[in-house]
Amino acid sequence: MITLSHFIVLGAVLFCIAVAGLFINRKNVIVLLMAIELMLLAVNINFVAFSRFQGDVAGQVFVFFILTVAAAESAIGLAILVLLFRNRSTVNVAEIDSMKG
Amino acid sequence: MIDTNLFQLICFYGFAIVTVLGALAVISVKNSVHAVLSLVLTFFSTACIWLMAEAEFLAIALIVVYVGAVMVLFLFVVMMLDIKQEQVREGFIRYLPVGIIVALVMLVEMLALIGVRTMHAHVMGADPATVAGVSNTAWLGQALYTQYLLPFEIAALILTVGVVVAVALTLRHRGDKRHESASEQVRVNPRDRIRVVKMAPSRPDEPTASQEPLP
Repeated sequence: MITLSHFIVLGAVLFCIAVAGLFINRKNVIVLLMAIELMLLAVNINFVAFSRFQGDVAGQVFVFFILTVAAAESAIGLAILVLLFRNRSTVNVAEIDSMKG
Repeated sequence: MIDTNLFQLICFYGFAIVTVLGALAVISVKNSVHAVLSLVLTFFSTACIWLMAEAEFLAIALIVVYVGAVMVLFLFVVMMLDIKQEQVREGFIRYLPVGIIVALVMLVEMLALIGVRTMHAHVMGADPATVAGVSNTAWLGQALYTQYLLPFEIAALILTVGVVVAVALTLRHRGDKRHESASEQVRVNPRDRIRVVKMAPSRPDEPTASQEPLP
C-alpha cells in the first residue's frame, strides 16, 4: 500500500542529491543548472503527492505553473550560458569572476 | 495471483530506485552529455511515479515538455559547447566529502521534521478526480480555466518573455559577415535615396560645325 511518506521521502532524497550536486560540481555551470532542475522536480513530486492525498486540485495546478517557469528559466539560463561561453570560452564558475563578487 | 497493493508497492519502489540512481548519475558522471541523458531517465521515471499517483496530465506534460523540449535544449547546448572535461572536473574529489555530509544531514533533518511515521497513516485513497466523476485532465482543466485563469495567462506571458529574452541574448551582429537588415530596409525613406532636382528646361545643343551631317 503506497502511503504519503513514500512520495515525501522520494522528494526529500532527490532534493538532497541535487544539493550534493551543487556542492561537488562547483566548476561546471551546466551540471549546476541540471541540479536546479532536479530540485524543482523534487518539489513537484511533493506537490503531486499532497494534491493526490488531500484531494485538492491546487497542488497539480501549481505543478503546472512550476513546469512553465522552470522551462522559461532553463531557456534563459542556457542562453546566458551560450553567451558566456562565446565571450569567455569556459563554463568554469571559478573563472567567471569579472564582477568581483 | 499477486496482491494489487503489493504490486503497486513493487512498481513504486522500482520507479523510485531508477529515479534516485538517475539523479545520482546526473551529478556524478564525467561526460555532460551522459549527465543530460541521466536527467532524461530521472524525469521519465518520475513521470511514471506521477502516473501511479494518477496525475496523468502532469506526467504526460512532464515527458512532452521536459523530456521533449527542455532536455533537448540542454543536449543542444552541451553538444554545441566544447567543454574540456579535465578542467571542469578538478575539485570534484575535494568537495565530495562536504557535499555528501551536507546532503546526508539535510536528509536526516528533513525526514525527522516531516515525521515519516505519522505520514504512513495516510494511505492512498480513491482518486479525487474519479470521485468527482471526471478524468484527471478535465479535473485539472476545470480549475485551471476558471479559478486560476489569471495565473494561467501570466504563465503564457512568462513563456513569451522567455522566448524573447533567449533570442535577444544570443542574437549577435558579426562584423566580418555582410548581411541585410530587414528592419533597416523597411524603414528606408525614399527621400534619403533619391533627390529630385529642379532645373530649368533647356534646348538640346546645336550640332557643332565640326560634325559632318550624316549621309
